[in-house]
Amino acid sequence: MKIIVLMKQVANKDAILRINKSETWIEEGDLSHEVNESDGYALEEALRLKEKHGGGEVVVCSLGPQRVKSVIKDALARGADRAIHVVSDDTAQLGPYAAAKVLSEAIKDEQADLVLTGLQSDDNGYAQTGVILAELLGLPHATIVIEVDASGEGLRVKRELESGWYQWYAMTRPALLTIQSGISQIRYATLKGIMAAKKKEIKELAPDAEALGAAAHQRITKVYFPQKTKQTQFLGDGDAKAGAAQLAEKLRTEARIF
Amino acid sequence: MPNGILVFAEHRGGAFNKTSFEAVAAAQQLGASLGQPVSAVVLGTDAALASQVATYKLDKVVSVENPKLSDYTPDGYADAMERAVRALDPQFVIMPHTYLVRDYAPKLAARFGKDLISDCVRASVADGAVTFSRRIFQGKIDADVVANGEPPVFATFQSGAYRADQAERGGEAAAVESLPVEVGEVRMQPEEPFQEVKQAVDLTKADTIIAIGRGIKGQEHIALAQQLADLLGGEIAASRPICDAGWLPIDRQIGSSGQTVTPKLYIALGISGAIQHLVGMKNSSTIVAVNKDPEAPIFDIADYGIVGDLFEVIPVLTEEIKKLKG
Ligand SMILES: Cc1cc2nc3c(=O)[nH]c(=O)nc-3n(C[C@H](O)[C@H](O)[C@H](O)COP(=O)(O)OP(=O)(O)OC[C@H]3O[C@@H](n4cnc5c(N)ncnc54)[C@H](O)[C@@H]3O)c2cc1C
Ligand SMILES: Cc1cc2nc3c(=O)[nH]c(=O)nc-3n(C[C@H](O)[C@H](O)[C@H](O)COP(=O)(O)OP(=O)(O)OC[C@H]3O[C@@H](n4cnc5c(N)ncnc54)[C@H](O)[C@@H]3O)c2cc1C
Repeated sequence: MKIIVLMKQVANKDAILRINKSETWIEEGDLSHEVNESDGYALEEALRLKEKHGGGEVVVCSLGPQRVKSVIKDALARGADRAIHVVSDDTAQLGPYAAAKVLSEAIKDEQADLVLTGLQSDDNGYAQTGVILAELLGLPHATIVIEVDASGEGLRVKRELESGWYQWYAMTRPALLTIQSGISQIRYATLKGIMAAKKKEIKELAPDAEALGAAAHQRITKVYFPQKTKQTQFLGDGDAKAGAAQLAEKLRTEARIF
Repeated sequence: MPNGILVFAEHRGGAFNKTSFEAVAAAQQLGASLGQPVSAVVLGTDAALASQVATYKLDKVVSVENPKLSDYTPDGYADAMERAVRALDPQFVIMPHTYLVRDYAPKLAARFGKDLISDCVRASVADGAVTFSRRIFQGKIDADVVANGEPPVFATFQSGAYRADQAERGGEAAAVESLPVEVGEVRMQPEEPFQEVKQAVDLTKADTIIAIGRGIKGQEHIALAQQLADLLGGEIAASRPICDAGWLPIDRQIGSSGQTVTPKLYIALGISGAIQHLVGMKNSSTIVAVNKDPEAPIFDIADYGIVGDLFEVIPVLTEEIKKLKG
């Protein structure tokens, strides 16, 4: 089975975000980055499917500037077989349609049995790239997938619905699935894996010019910190311990918890 | 000329989703500001369901019909909606940002060569132009977004962004129009939806919940929060990543894919406050947030906040409560 996993690099979750001078995006300069959370789970699922179903190939694909190499190398160290890096330093705002178009051009000739993506990115959070990509590749898809059964001819996938409900879908293969975090426990890269990764292929591609040129359908005009709607009593004024003591008192006298 | 606003009313097995009527409220407000008529679409096998939506103040309700629409599938819905949108030629298509819409609407938009303005929390109109606001970076930042290019503009609204009870009812029922459509090959078959076996702990009954997030750093630190919970006679709960990592069982997860709780006291320790977490706890009576990031979205719904390290806060808080309890 040949499986392609799309992995995006995003700002570190713990990063303190600052807004840039023109108020159109965040200050990128001093950010550290990590792999988008659900994409890490998508990779894990791909590796497990390969192991379970007697081999094949796991190919990682990422779009972004040179810094995304760290995501790619980590994926190769965990067990992916090779990678495609669509190199673009263009920080212009591209929507999920353009991103999916670029990615579809990069992987369409691979003829994969399965394409896995994360269910949404932790930064832009459009939650669309995978589904649009499926449409562009002519593949059936399922989103928010929490279990995959590829033992038969087609696929059976368990989808998460709202409020603790689930649903199985039977579908044809090849297909595209967007993977939910928590589908399985993610493995660590071993030293052996890290050494082996050094010999694995990373193919660099330029983004398809026409796909890049596709008009953006949405444009960010301004970014800002959300307006607070609730009056929060901040306690301790930066002194965590003093805040804790005040909180105990408030829980007794104001909230009457005990 | 494209005209009007089309709102997608979602149902599962004949029951409408509350967020559908939130979307109706959003569409009505947009329609009023732009001076454009608002119609609703309902997908199904016949017009029976459409009449339920017709009680709202709408230009009309279009019942988009095909036998293949008896159960939801992304292939079936994308085909049917594509045909409905092409036939009705609206300027805006408004949808609730539910799991079902997330599943098929990007495919629908792609048929028009575009993407969705997804998960909006507001829309405002100035000089006839619409600005949509989205929450990005997991709720930490807002972005104002304008649509480019030809209509239709596809937008989805976050659950809770508008109130369903703000959706205006009409004096008399809106006209229901049947629109039979063709639906091509459907490549997936749904089985019956189900819930996992009964949860071992029912957090909905707890008066006090101590919830931990990724800020707790390691499974070995959970004992610290557990002590506080025991002292207050409360239950321990968590954000999704804690359960994903297997540090706590999934029946202790709070949020859109976990439990929804309304305890007297909810203490969030090292939880950032992503919307999928907030929907599960925001109606708690008293909310306390401890987070080292002063801009963490969780503070937006907290009654009491401490900006600081939870590893400093918890021991002191536990000691002080012990003292006060005597
Ligand atoms: C030419 C070009 C240059 C870009 N430059 C930058 C940049 O400098 N900085 C930046 O942060 N973003 C950049 N992007 C990415 C772009 O802004 C967003 O990734 C895109 O709009 C999708 O939105 P999303 O990530 O919210 O998608 P979602 O739909 O929320 O993402 C869902 C899933 O799609 C997959 N996916 C999404 N984007 C990528 C990707 N880039 N590579 C691999 N898989 C992906 C992942 O599996 C992800 O989990 C660029 C895009 C293009 C086309
Ligand atoms: C379809 C879907 C469904 C989802 N369902 C759910 C759900 O049901 N429930 C849920 O919770 N999430 C759900 N999520 C995930 C959600 O989007 C967030 O990713 C998640 O809630 C983040 O968890 P967190 O706040 O613990 O982690 P993070 O966002 O990483 O936040 C950790 C916080 O801890 C703080 N911190 C770190 N160290 C310390 C310290 N020493 N002291 C104090 N503070 C510290 C940081 O400042 C940060 O704010 C869902 C996502 C999707 C897309």
